[in-house]
Amino acid sequence: MIDKSSASLKDVLSQIKDGSTIMIGGFGTAGQPAELIDGLIELGIKDLVIVNNNAGNGDYGLAKLLKAGAVRKIICSFPRQSDSYIFDELYRAGKIELELVPQGNLACRIQAAGMGLGPIYTPTGFGTLLAEGKPTLNYEGKDFVLENPIKADFALIKAYKGDRWGNLVYRKSARNFGPIMAMAADVTIAQVAEVVELGELDPEHIITPGIFVQHVVSVAAKQPEQSA
Amino acid sequence: MSYTKLTRDQIAERVAQDIPDGAYVNLGIGLPTKISNYLPADKDVFLHSENGLLAFGPKPAPGEEDPELINAGKEYVTMLTGGCFFHHGDSFAMMRGGHLDIAVLGAFQIAENGDLANWHTGAPDAIPAVGGAMDLAVGTKKVFITTDHVTKKGEPKIVAELSYPATGLKCVDRIYTDLCVIDVTAEGMKVIEKVDGLSFEELQSLTGAKLIDATQG
Repeated sequence: MIDKSSASLKDVLSQIKDGSTIMIGGFGTAGQPAELIDGLIELGIKDLVIVNNNAGNGDYGLAKLLKAGAVRKIICSFPRQSDSYIFDELYRAGKIELELVPQGNLACRIQAAGMGLGPIYTPTGFGTLLAEGKPTLNYEGKDFVLENPIKADFALIKAYKGDRWGNLVYRKSARNFGPIMAMAADVTIAQVAEVVELGELDPEHIITPGIFVQHVVSVAAKQPEQSA
Repeated sequence: MSYTKLTRDQIAERVAQDIPDGAYVNLGIGLPTKISNYLPADKDVFLHSENGLLAFGPKPAPGEEDPELINAGKEYVTMLTGGCFFHHGDSFAMMRGGHLDIAVLGAFQIAENGDLANWHTGAPDAIPAVGGAMDLAVGTKKVFITTDHVTKKGEPKIVAELSYPATGLKCVDRIYTDLCVIDVTAEGMKVIEKVDGLSFEELQSLTGAKLIDATQG
């Protein structure tokens, strides 16, 4: 019998090694798997490459992981926010590497990895600083930039409900990067508010099929303090 | 003659008049967000947000805020009846795939040929952030810009060529400033409206790009 659900967050996270590339779901704090991130901090895993839309908010989740000095490099679209002071300080001190990626290119580079594609041509960023040095192509009169897929060793995502086969449904705008990150990592770990019986999720409504998910961990998630 | 600049709300109200019934629209952070306050109730305008919302509505009543229901500006919102959620891949397919009708964005500079700069000042100590701006610039059917006509220091924001790093090339279709409305066309920048009491010559003197007077009357 296959049971991907686990009661122990620590057991699941302990397979993550120093130096791993980890995708972390979320847009700001919405959909951020804060309890999984807290688990990473407790295990003291270091030298990580993190893929996320942002670079942490306040002292919550990802920001805390940065503060712990666990992150060598971050790949993201929007690091600078009103409450990104932990990242700002590390960046200005030269203590973290930043790869800035337009948000849609971040999404499609992640999707390319998940779909088994090689580098992809995208119109976004053509002629800008973020395309400097990258090959280009004019196709049917339009200019494109060649971008590499982004693949990860692990994806840590937050879903709403999951079952023991790894099928997931999400909640509102907490879905964001979760489904595409689940496809682009060797091992996807989803934290959910509730693990439900097989069959309870309507097959018509499952957003992430269990084939993309290796572990489902039920956590009593605390809600983030929202800030603008 | 003297003239009065439009307020931010008046600019937002003016843009709202150009958004047709049934349009799929992305409103950028800041002034563009205000446009939603001026969309008439008898129009169905579908507001899109990068983080996976279509047909979202106004901010919730106090106490009804949901940390998992936010827009791209990370403000609390609500969903309209018929609205839906989707993941980032689908969201940017809507943006980059030419499915959105209109994006309304802010700007540091707009060049005569429609090049846009709005993501990075290029200052050495600045922390760059780009978000979805470059995707909207290249992918949306029409890109509208709302901006002050000149900077706080009085320098033109509408220029012959960008001095700030570009967000997108030849992507701007229409500019709404506190002084005028400009169509960016293959023939050049056509002023189609300006505030009362402002002469075309004076407007040209506040602008770094060559303007064409296409106002009527």
